[in-house]
Amino acid sequence: MKTTKQNGLSRRDFMVAAGAAGVTTLASPTVLRAAGSPIKIGMPTILSGRVAILGETASVGAKMAVDAFNAAGGIDGRMVELVIRDSKGKPDEAAKVTRDLLSSDGCAFILNGEASGGTFAVHEVVRDTKTYCMHTISETSSLTADPANRAPWVFRSARQGIHDAISGGLYAANLAKAGATRWATCSPDYAYGRSTTSEFMEFLAVFAPEVKLVGETWPKIFQPDYTENITNLLNVAPDALYSCLWGGDLVAFFDQASLYGLFDQFQTVAVNMGDVPVLEAIKNLPGGIHSGNRYHKDIPDVEANENWNTEFRKSGQLPTNWAWQTYTGAQFVLNALKDTGGDTDYQKLADATRGRTIDSPFGVNGTVTMREADNTLVDYAIGYGQTVPQPPYLTGFEPTAWDVIVDYETDWKKRNSFL
Amino acid sequence: MLDLGALSNCFSNSACLVTQSATGVIIGMLLFLVASGVTLIFGVLHVVNFAHGAFYMIGAYVAYSTYGVTGNYYVAVLVGTIAAAIVGVLFERSAISRVYKENLLMQLLVCYAFVLICDDAVKIIWGSEYLAMGVPDEFRVRPWRIAGGVVPPFYLFLAGTALMVAVLSLILIRYSRFGKIVRAAAANPTMVSVLGIRVPIYFATLFGLGCGLAGMAGALAAPVRSLTPGMGLSILIESFIVTVIGGMGSIPGALLAALLLGFTRAFGSLGFPLFVDGAMFLMMVVILVFRPQGLLGERAGR
Repeated sequence: MKTTKQNGLSRRDFMVAAGAAGVTTLASPTVLRAAGSPIKIGMPTILSGRVAILGETASVGAKMAVDAFNAAGGIDGRMVELVIRDSKGKPDEAAKVTRDLLSSDGCAFILNGEASGGTFAVHEVVRDTKTYCMHTISETSSLTADPANRAPWVFRSARQGIHDAISGGLYAANLAKAGATRWATCSPDYAYGRSTTSEFMEFLAVFAPEVKLVGETWPKIFQPDYTENITNLLNVAPDALYSCLWGGDLVAFFDQASLYGLFDQFQTVAVNMGDVPVLEAIKNLPGGIHSGNRYHKDIPDVEANENWNTEFRKSGQLPTNWAWQTYTGAQFVLNALKDTGGDTDYQKLADATRGRTIDSPFGVNGTVTMREADNTLVDYAIGYGQTVPQPPYLTGFEPTAWDVIVDYETDWKKRNSFL
Repeated sequence: MLDLGALSNCFSNSACLVTQSATGVIIGMLLFLVASGVTLIFGVLHVVNFAHGAFYMIGAYVAYSTYGVTGNYYVAVLVGTIAAAIVGVLFERSAISRVYKENLLMQLLVCYAFVLICDDAVKIIWGSEYLAMGVPDEFRVRPWRIAGGVVPPFYLFLAGTALMVAVLSLILIRYSRFGKIVRAAAANPTMVSVLGIRVPIYFATLFGLGCGLAGMAGALAAPVRSLTPGMGLSILIESFIVTVIGGMGSIPGALLAALLLGFTRAFGSLGFPLFVDGAMFLMMVVILVFRPQGLLGERAGR
């Protein structure tokens, strides 16, 4: 009868050997990291209320980037985990959630998916606590343009209001030259609406000095009924209208204004019309509305963008401007993390992010850059087109060259003493 | 801030006058439509239904889905109204009826919990994207021109429906047997139940009616308002302003207040565009100080 002893290895010996091997393997630094806890990224965003779509699509964008990173092996086998929390769209809650993510949930840094109001609250927290942070949603220019707000370890992967204003101003100047010189505005009455509209009108006046502002109406955010604003515009009877209403508010405004035949009477520039959920929600979309590109699967018209659009839609959500921006923000963060070898020191991560260029489906030349001078995103596809009632809903896209944008942006910064 | 020139120009221009007057009536009637349910429930049951907006949202979403299936706007409005009424009855029986005698804070808490549950339920069923029903084909016509002014036929239909709701609600509460019983039951439930009347059923029915009105407002306005989870919040504050100015519980008062606010918004947007909301709240403050029972409210002892 044979026993294990006869093979020279008893069960006890085997266990001891296996244990020793295990300890030795675990003791190697690489595997120690692999087996270690994942690096947690905290993401405050809006997951409830009327703009839940913002947080939901931003979350899908962030997850796409993180999942791809982990599937490719993470950082030498060490995984990255996204911890997403709902701020309900309230700035004070956004600040609290951010502090909780850092202190209670053990997150190493912040991928901030808040709208402008919440972003400034999160911004204060990450400046105070010296936490590496990427803002992915807020388009308010002063967030990164104003040196008073700047912190070297805080970045923005979102488009910027001033970029849209320059692009829109150049585009709208052509309408002015064709005779549309009397302009009216209808934008939401809060920081984003006020600053974006004034920046647009400022640049329109630069490119077409003959333009006159003949009327303005400021509906409240989430206002259900726009009748008074619409009839006000009818009475003013401008040649062209500018609006930066967005999301559900823009959908409601368009449906209500169509009842009054508003879009038969003058040209309309609605910068946020190009968001896919807006385009797909409006029934009988009027043709000929001028809009910024926001996110569009054909802008830029490259295979990588088309593939990203297909992949994103598998989540059951429609791709939004917030989605590509957060995806891009997550890519910058993960690239930086890879460079530091998983070290989450805020200065090392910031050094690895500042001035970096990454491959991107949304870049004009296949790349986007985190500009070194002010930690903000540049080189993303930007321009204006016109709506058509059928898919792809936006055509005749006219891109704005980045060297032109940067020139005018520099002048604007000088005028506002930001340089 | 004040642009009295624009206002006086409008008064001397028939096109502007017609457009803005029609706007006043339209905004007013839409306001009344959403506020009538709050007024009805408070007027009889003396419960402030803070969950009113949730029923408005339920009506709108159910109408949206029904319209998608049937393609018939009127059927969609009917189904939306009934759905909101049924959920209203269930809510009354399971939750609100247990806090009738509790303090206002408890009622507020129950309603708020219900609003949060509804918002999340809508998000799960319909998703968080904005949905738009689109204007029904029969109303997709060029707006009417009256003396140079612009009036969309769809809004005339909504205003007419709101007026009908006002008249029917008044008849139901003041003159019908149901109205008399439910008012008596609210005043003295013990006495009414001694007479062999099942008071809880009457309360639940009335609550369901109020919620049905909210649902109907949501369903009627669905073609021109984007549908999002949480959309009910936007109409809640205006509903309460109308109810407070008109007189808590007074249906004619709510109609008058809604029209007053409609005209304030329509002409205010020309004359004092930055102070339209301020003017609405100012009116509410003045009413609360000088006539706390509201324009047509009764100076009730209770």
